[in-house]
Amino acid sequence: MNTALTQPGAPMKVRGIQKRFGAFTALDNVSLDVAAGELVCLLGPSGCGKTTLLRCIAGLERQDSGELYLGERDVSLLPPQARDYGILFQSYALFPNLSVEANIGYGLTGSGRDEVRKRVGQMLELVGLLGSEKKYPGQLSGGQQQRVALARALAPAPSLLLLDEPMSALDARVREHLCAELRQLQRRLGITTLMVTHNQDEAMLMADRIAVMNNGKVEQYATPQEIYDRPATPFVAEFVGQGNWLPFSRNSASHAQVGGMKMRLADDAGIAQSGRLFCRPEAISVNPPVHEENLFPAKVREITFLGNRCRMSFELEQLPGHPLLAELAPEAMPRLGAQDIWVALPPRSLQVFA
Amino acid sequence: MALPIARQVSRAEWGDRIFVVGGKWLWLGLLVVAVLLPLLAIFWRGFSSEAGQGGGLAAARELLTSANFHWLLGNSLKVSLSVAAIVVPLAYLFAYALQRTLIPGKTVWRGLSLLPLMAPSMLPGIALVYLFGNQGLLRGLLSDNIYGFWGIVLGEVIYTFPHALMILLSALSLADARLFDAASSMGASPARAFRSVTWPATRQAVFAAFCLVFTLTITDFGVPVVVGGDYQVLALEAYKAVVGQQQFGRGALIGMVLLLPALFSFGVDAWLRRRHGDSMSGRAQVFQPSPSRLRDACYLAIVLLICAVLLLVFGMAVYSSLVKFWPYNLSLSLNHYQFEDTAGGGWLAYRNSLTMALCTALIGSVLIFTGAYLMEKTQGQKNLNLALRMLSFVPMAVPGLVLGLGYVFFFNLNGNPLHVFYGSMALLVVCTIAHYLTTAQMTATTALRQLDAEFEAAALSLKAPLYRHYLRVTVPICLPALLDILRYLFVSAMTTVSAAIFLYSPDTILAAVAVLNMDDAGNVGGAAAMSSLILFTSGSVSLLLAWASRGALRRSQAWRQIAPGQ
Repeated sequence: MNTALTQPGAPMKVRGIQKRFGAFTALDNVSLDVAAGELVCLLGPSGCGKTTLLRCIAGLERQDSGELYLGERDVSLLPPQARDYGILFQSYALFPNLSVEANIGYGLTGSGRDEVRKRVGQMLELVGLLGSEKKYPGQLSGGQQQRVALARALAPAPSLLLLDEPMSALDARVREHLCAELRQLQRRLGITTLMVTHNQDEAMLMADRIAVMNNGKVEQYATPQEIYDRPATPFVAEFVGQGNWLPFSRNSASHAQVGGMKMRLADDAGIAQSGRLFCRPEAISVNPPVHEENLFPAKVREITFLGNRCRMSFELEQLPGHPLLAELAPEAMPRLGAQDIWVALPPRSLQVFA
Repeated sequence: MALPIARQVSRAEWGDRIFVVGGKWLWLGLLVVAVLLPLLAIFWRGFSSEAGQGGGLAAARELLTSANFHWLLGNSLKVSLSVAAIVVPLAYLFAYALQRTLIPGKTVWRGLSLLPLMAPSMLPGIALVYLFGNQGLLRGLLSDNIYGFWGIVLGEVIYTFPHALMILLSALSLADARLFDAASSMGASPARAFRSVTWPATRQAVFAAFCLVFTLTITDFGVPVVVGGDYQVLALEAYKAVVGQQQFGRGALIGMVLLLPALFSFGVDAWLRRRHGDSMSGRAQVFQPSPSRLRDACYLAIVLLICAVLLLVFGMAVYSSLVKFWPYNLSLSLNHYQFEDTAGGGWLAYRNSLTMALCTALIGSVLIFTGAYLMEKTQGQKNLNLALRMLSFVPMAVPGLVLGLGYVFFFNLNGNPLHVFYGSMALLVVCTIAHYLTTAQMTATTALRQLDAEFEAAALSLKAPLYRHYLRVTVPICLPALLDILRYLFVSAMTTVSAAIFLYSPDTILAAVAVLNMDDAGNVGGAAAMSSLILFTSGSVSLLLAWASRGALRRSQAWRQIAPGQ
């Protein structure tokens, strides 16, 4: 029996996984590399295939083709029992008729009674629930249940941890706190972790890298910052955060024509000759004190107060009928009643999509 | 360090493969032998024109066009329709009183209403003979004696009442309080609310109850054999053809005719269910009836009246079994319980019934619950699962009488290696399990579906073998449902005659069959005594199991009271 908290996490490789359910393609040639000790989030809307991928990795669903490696082992065709992972389900799936102690010790067969007790104690200490050994899952709060389920998954010292929407059964209030806690624990243990979520805040908060999925494909696999700042596809741009879309045609390598305006682009903005420009709302500045590039007249349509910031809906004078959004600190907002403003769309914030 | 873990995993894997795949194939084999082949044997018998068997197409044409058959069929239809038309409204009122009003003593009324399930179908008939027969206690109240149409109808009404009641109770237990609030906020009268909310939600159950009562009545011969007199019905004719005249082909043909209403109602019910879908949403709020004196008084009167009739009938059966010599010497004695002096099986039959019921309940609940678990909770073997699911629904559509005929034709076949089981206790157990399979399995499936769908995945990720998980988590959680299945199988096995009547040998005669034989031999007192004995046995075992179930629930209260996630 392993007396260390966990074994060192193993890297995981997914190679060309294909999975169909009848006529529906759930996973379309998905490949993914997770480094040892890394936390990767599978992020996407419902039906994008993220849960199916997790279930394939767990061996609960059999892929039609493709390979899975955990460490050096090819686990593609192994049954779940032989794969060596721990999993935390959305519902936690704690066995209600077993005490906390028995739940955590459930996977510790083949070791002596004392060893099991010691290990259970170790795990309870790890998740901060010492003293709850004799309680039943039903007597615990949602957050505590999650920790017990986590302790149960980690008790056999697996080399991979799978998290299936772990936060969705919790109140929004405790969610953020538990996200941070879970992330801290994962870092400390250094266990390779794959988490499925549809909540981008969770993914941003926890992940080393995010794989954004759509229609059974990985659209982009990168760090949270890259995903946000440099979305690789319109879908990623749309799904993560908010954005403005401006129809354009290319004038020259450095300029695009948007309605009646000529906008300067950054040098590495892409080569598409026409399509849409993408711009984050917070990249737009309103009535800048000094002259900036891409400064255009606009009309305010509506301002919504969101507490720590304000959201302003406006129209560019030379692109009427096309409402855009900007997000600003409240003090940077134009005074109410001021209808006519200037907005700047910095070239670096404009991204070109065909 | 790594080696023992690897070996342990592979052992668990092998164990699971045997448990899951082996279990499913075993279950499939049992279903094929116990359900499918006997059923096919009926068609084979009915259409083969072996001489002297009364089967074949020519015989079928002759049978279907004969005046005698038309008379029997007409009688059967008249009786079954009348019974259904009387039972379903009564059961609806009774169920409504228990689920939607505030009458006192609901547990008592509910318990009393289940009495007919605890005794063979002959018991109401026997009680009617003592009440309204030629020397009956209340003979004076009727202008004619009870034998014939009305005797059968009355007996069947009592026998089928709890069956209809159970369907309607479960349909009326589901009510969304929000719909009633909406109806009354729009100014709907209680009658209007009933028409627009309650009735649409329950009419499918009414149809199902109607079909069930119709099928039970048309295939039952326990009541007609006792109080039918000269009024003959089809079920009795099938019984006589096979047991009396050895005309297997003719029995098979009538069996096929009797299979039709069950198949028809099963098909329509499945179609309605698919079209209707589930009308209860997950967010429904539990309906709490509001107090209303007038309404409760009316319903209490109805419930009391029905319970009084049931008590009268069952009390009469028990009383008559204790009377020395009806109607001349009304002093009480246990003479009728001295079965060793009378023909018909006696104590051997009772002991056999106990053995049969115990084996059926124990083996049946283990097999059925495990089978349901493997079908519900394991992945893979999709075609096998589908075949299992379809086969385990067949018994629902096959009346016991028809199933029993199938067993005769299949197991009594020369050249069938399973012929050795014919007349054995083992075959009686198998037949009884097969007969009551579907209901028991539906109870198991309902309980299993309430469990978290990820339990098995969690257990597998923890490298725990599935069979261990099944015994350690699934069975303890589902213990109340398991005890329920146990009780249902025991009571059904104690009281069944419909299939067993064809399958017993002198050594394996059953108590319910002995009732029939004693009644046939004119020993009505003995028949009443044996029926009462069955009633007491079923009743005591039911109470015992209910008590055990409550004890189990109390002991597991610590984790049962508060469901996870709340």
